[in-house]
Amino acid sequence: MTWFKKEKTPIIQLGDRTVRTEGLWIKCERCKQIIWKKDLESNLNVCPACNFHFKISAKERLEQLFDRGEFREYDKGLHSTDPLHFVDKKPYKGRLKEMHSTTGLWDAIISAEGKISGKPASICAMEVAFISGSMGSVVGEKITRAIERCLKNKFPLIIISCSGGARMQEGTLSLMQMAKITGALARLDEARVPYISVMTDPTTGGVTASFAMLGDLNMAEPGALIGFAGPRVIEQTIRQKLPSGFQRSEFLLEHGMLDAIVHRREMRDYLTKALDFFGY
Amino acid sequence: MRLGPVTDDTGIQREEVNLLEKQIEEISRLIPNAHTAMDLERLRKRLEKLRKEVFSKLTPWQRIQLSRHPQRPYVQDFIDLIFQNYVELHGDRRFKDDPAMIGGMATFHGEPCIVLGTQKGRDTKQKLHRNFGMPQPEGYRKAMRLMKLAEKFSRPVFTFIDTAGAYPGIGAEERGQAEAIAYNLREMARLTVPIIATITGEGGSGGALGIGVGDRVFMLEYAYYSVISPEGCAAILWKDQEKAEEAANALKITSQDLKAIGLVDDVIPEPEGGAHTDHKLAATLVDQRLQRALAELKAIPVQKLLESRYSRFRLMGCIAESNGTFQTGSEA
Repeated sequence: MTWFKKEKTPIIQLGDRTVRTEGLWIKCERCKQIIWKKDLESNLNVCPACNFHFKISAKERLEQLFDRGEFREYDKGLHSTDPLHFVDKKPYKGRLKEMHSTTGLWDAIISAEGKISGKPASICAMEVAFISGSMGSVVGEKITRAIERCLKNKFPLIIISCSGGARMQEGTLSLMQMAKITGALARLDEARVPYISVMTDPTTGGVTASFAMLGDLNMAEPGALIGFAGPRVIEQTIRQKLPSGFQRSEFLLEHGMLDAIVHRREMRDYLTKALDFFGY
Repeated sequence: MRLGPVTDDTGIQREEVNLLEKQIEEISRLIPNAHTAMDLERLRKRLEKLRKEVFSKLTPWQRIQLSRHPQRPYVQDFIDLIFQNYVELHGDRRFKDDPAMIGGMATFHGEPCIVLGTQKGRDTKQKLHRNFGMPQPEGYRKAMRLMKLAEKFSRPVFTFIDTAGAYPGIGAEERGQAEAIAYNLREMARLTVPIIATITGEGGSGGALGIGVGDRVFMLEYAYYSVISPEGCAAILWKDQEKAEEAANALKITSQDLKAIGLVDDVIPEPEGGAHTDHKLAATLVDQRLQRALAELKAIPVQKLLESRYSRFRLMGCIAESNGTFQTGSEA
């Protein structure tokens, strides 16, 4: 028992002292460097320290590649009808709606036409934020329509892949999109209309095993995961950890699957040179 | 016969089937007389009826178990039972011979042709040799080499598919598994001879489609054809491999489902109780369907054949446009 008791003064709140940095800074996934977001954006979302290529949206991609960022979009409103009435943990229909509200797109691809250094080009860019950029009926249809337009107009075709593969929620229909797109590519090939495949992180499964590997030129961004089977599936099959760098762009280049690895900053130049060669 | 998890009503019936089978065996071992013959007849009829009932009520998951049945006729069996003068051809001329993909020259009712397909093994040694029926890139390249051979000499191509999928391994990735399949898809789309593909057991994703782009695509009754194995789908979407049965239902991968949305042209019936109960009859049923298909396709000029092969796959997909027009996978 004390005789004197010191009254404890309550701790005074000085208001919020933390500076809001959320959204201003970003940590590089590879080198852990803290980067000012504006710096990152002005560097085309490539880490200034280690050249790690951040994932970007299909829209940003198109804006980076087309002259003045201008393009005309095709088949915008195409959307899936959920033919199997697929339900896993959530109904597929709900998932689609959710994705539409977060990405503003109806499916995992934007099909566009515009100019690259004054040359006409059709670009299909996949949107990885939309159910992992997976390929269902809509992606298949939009690419096939783009190919058919290129056949008609003799425009060169560029497909920028960014996808986890075929979309499970549309079952075997998704698988058939591989045959549908490659069938159209056979016609494009016969008509001698150029097709450039650009692979970005990630390009796996049914997308790699169909159109992504069939370009007149196959190119990739540095460090992109590109493969048929996903690394986890392979690890589970062979019961071994995979070596680092396995299935990355550099690995594919070494094994002869790519023509070039091109930095995002040089992509437009590279495409321009290719289109020059193709006679555009 | 084991058919995966036993559900309530079909489980009881299955026990009865087993019991009947035993009784028939016992009675047929007795000295035959008018009485036992009558009994036998009665029991056989009852058995047949029960079997029909059980098999008409199979769930997708149970069908998948049937497609993977260890006694199911494999591609080599179908080749031996349907084709004559089969001469196996080996190698992709680039790297090696893949025993998981077999093929060669043969005659089909007197007509020279190329036949090829994925091959599983029956015992452990064979299974390892055949890599569990999962081809490496070399397998797909060998298949394409044979198809080009068929094209060069204007011979039709028959492909048979029974694979869990293309092999996911380090070597396969290094040597371009994806490229090998992609190349096949494109080249099959424009091969100038008829292609008839039959899925006899497992139709595992890209590994199946890699030899599955045809003018006609058939499926055996209890075969499945899917974008991903139900186990794989369950692991990704349900985050639980135990949910494979649910995934099998959701994916709609049975022959009837796929016929309904126009992804396969026809379902080839199997002998009562599944193809493994009678390889010969199963092969005869396939043979009959292939004969009809080849006769149809041979009558079509090449240009038209390629045109309709293109539109066959071109029309696959279920989408809606914002202006309200709908396009569905099947023309029906």
